[in-house]
Amino acid sequence: MAKSNLSLKNAARQSAPGDRNVFRLFVMLVLVFVLMMALRPSIFLRPANFNSMMRQLPEYGIMAIGISLAMMTGGIDLAVVGTANLSAIAAAKFLIAVAPRGTPNEQVAPMLIVAVLIALATGLACGALSGTLVSKLGIPAILATLGTQQLFTGIAIVITEGRPQSKLPLLFSQIGNFEFFDFFPLSFVLFCLVALAVGIMLERSKFGLEVYMLGTNSKAARYAGLNNAGILFRTYVVSGFLSSISGLIMMARANSAKADYGAAYTMQCVLVAILGGVDPNGGFGKIGGVVLAVFILQILSTGLNMFENVSNFYRDIIWGGALILVLLSNWYLARRKERMALARKTA
Amino acid sequence: MSEIFLRASNIHKSFGGVEALSGVDLEIRKGEIHCLAGENGCGKSTLIKIISGVYKPDSGSVEIDGRIFKHVGTTDAIAKGIQVIYQDFSIFPNLSVMENLALNMELMAKRKLMNYRRARAIASEAIAKIGFDVDLDERVENLSIAERQLIAICRALLHDAKLIIMDEPTTALTKKEVKALFAVIKKLQADGLSILFVSHKLDEVFEISERYTIFRNGRNVTSGNTAELDDRKFAFYMTGREFSEESYRPTSLGDQALAISNLSLRGAYEDVSFVLRKGEILGITGLLGSGRSELVQSIFGIYKPDSGTIEVGGVPAKIRNVKSAIKKGIGYVPADRLTEGLFLPQTIKRNIVISKLDKLSSAFGFLREKKIGDEVRAWISDLSIATKNPSLPVQTLSGGNQQKVVLARWLANDLSVLILNGPTVGVDIGSKYDIHGLLRTLASKGIGVIIISDDLPEILACASRILVMRGGRIVRELLPEATTAEQLGEISTGVA
Repeated sequence: MAKSNLSLKNAARQSAPGDRNVFRLFVMLVLVFVLMMALRPSIFLRPANFNSMMRQLPEYGIMAIGISLAMMTGGIDLAVVGTANLSAIAAAKFLIAVAPRGTPNEQVAPMLIVAVLIALATGLACGALSGTLVSKLGIPAILATLGTQQLFTGIAIVITEGRPQSKLPLLFSQIGNFEFFDFFPLSFVLFCLVALAVGIMLERSKFGLEVYMLGTNSKAARYAGLNNAGILFRTYVVSGFLSSISGLIMMARANSAKADYGAAYTMQCVLVAILGGVDPNGGFGKIGGVVLAVFILQILSTGLNMFENVSNFYRDIIWGGALILVLLSNWYLARRKERMALARKTA
Repeated sequence: MSEIFLRASNIHKSFGGVEALSGVDLEIRKGEIHCLAGENGCGKSTLIKIISGVYKPDSGSVEIDGRIFKHVGTTDAIAKGIQVIYQDFSIFPNLSVMENLALNMELMAKRKLMNYRRARAIASEAIAKIGFDVDLDERVENLSIAERQLIAICRALLHDAKLIIMDEPTTALTKKEVKALFAVIKKLQADGLSILFVSHKLDEVFEISERYTIFRNGRNVTSGNTAELDDRKFAFYMTGREFSEESYRPTSLGDQALAISNLSLRGAYEDVSFVLRKGEILGITGLLGSGRSELVQSIFGIYKPDSGTIEVGGVPAKIRNVKSAIKKGIGYVPADRLTEGLFLPQTIKRNIVISKLDKLSSAFGFLREKKIGDEVRAWISDLSIATKNPSLPVQTLSGGNQQKVVLARWLANDLSVLILNGPTVGVDIGSKYDIHGLLRTLASKGIGVIIISDDLPEILACASRILVMRGGRIVRELLPEATTAEQLGEISTGVA
């Protein structure tokens, strides 16, 4: 008994820091879940509540994965929401033009495929622009993407004249809101697939390893022969691509596209990335952690809705406060780890 | 006269996995010029930072002017009259001379507003102390390096300095400026100040100091009167070895591994040509700024030369970037292992394989974990890297083992040319010997090796041929068996 306990301890010590963080997040998820269950069992445990959480989280969850990727290279992508909206608007404009409401479904279907491709291409192009600014011109990511975010939103406002693009063909939202087994929304399945694909890319591919190494030390990466500019460029293109998927999901859920949809998502995505254990200085972070952070945040967000007396006005305070709290606790944990390492050394 | 001003006793300090100081002592008397010498990474700078309160020692004590500190705070240090002049001088280039001199005084007095009349008075008093003639309204960025240094000294004097610590003050100075600086130092000494002069240049130590202390790998080697020191002893104390290491003689010279013809890069080096043969270890030495680092970095694709050609294995090579240099079989161990060589918090495994990922991943870009594991295990045992687990961060290793990781990274790529800039800087003696042995083995296997080093005995011990660079040009080619470290030093500085 004592022996197995010891070997367990050793295993924990030797496991990578990322794994321990994922475990910590899992515990946190369970705690939050239990808390909500205890506070409002009648509302929280209803299947409809789970279904609605699964419908809400993919749109920002997928963008959070994009931001996390950029953060792992030591940058950030603040243009995800702008990219998502611009992609959705491009697709919506196209659909409204070629298949206004009332067009028979057989004629709409091929157009839907083209619309999706247009959205994805828009996302890729947006990512390529941010990526070029960051990688080729060496502009700090936080400034470059703040600029592109404003630019994409601005373009979206101009081409829509600020009006929501509704009157989409019904088939789009019918497909977009399809539910497997009448319970798992298509968007949630997409989120899981994206997380899986990006997770495999980071952990198993050459590109993933290069992202981590570049994020750790870009100078050493250069001396090791990595193509720093190429890696950064590809990272922002992937982030743009993911944002456009998010844009399509938003469009399906709202059955319209709008230039200023989901403005609060940027902040929420950064919070998810940090809570998920992505190092804002780059080099570390696991998609598993980010996914757990998305779940935790969604449960908290739903929980807030269950309390009628907590007004929506408090939302910004709560998310901002949460981000600072997570940053503080990360700082504290890092410091404690350093001290323990030192103590072990002198012992 | 022989009263002790500062005594550091049994100071220990470690960072992460590396012990920087393992129980060092230092004694500085009142009114003396004391030289602290040692190779890069021997702990000189760490000790300075402990004395001036930047770092907290793990154990040991510092006695300043009769008071014993377990941990000297920065304010204690200043109050006790300790002033450090760092290599970058820590001055504001965009402010005037006067503002630079008076700013700290104003801040210390907690004044909210700057009084320019008072500032001018303070500043002119300060420069008068060392007889420094400068326009107080000139912006500091328009001054020469030497003048900026004097301003830093004046500023130190304003704080009633009793001990001025100068960290390698002559690195960027011309011979004439060094002379002027030494005159100022002598004047300060005459006023009763103590000076701690940090340097690894033998001639300066002889010229300026009365007593010396030498560190090696975080320990005291010796201290005494400079008059009793000679260059042989000095080199021995610094490196810890008599030059009994036999110089390397290639058994047979192979074909040409690398040929450089008329390579020039404006502002760095000019019209450089040499041939490196397989099996040869070519040493390149020269002062900082002689163009030696830029030259080898151009061969590795970091800089693009303005003109000239590079041939690898007899074939003209276009080297556009680091990746194409690696493809041509060129490897480069950078000068600064911590910032350029390694990804410190990442695992040993990742640090070894990072430059070979093309060969260790499948066509779709997926990593071949088994191949990677085999590769890493092989190099860890080949180079006897001391670690239990290759999944630990590389920063947990000692300096010597870290350097072996960088070497493993390059050896994993089939190299024809290996360039090492400072192959054993900050490496313990045991690993240093290992690395020297490894370089000889590599050369005898037919790799062309180039080493750049400040450590002249190292060059003499390892290289089979030596090129000396000065002012961007190769000025001399020498054979190690017919050369001494002193001659090499003289040729590099241009005395001979």
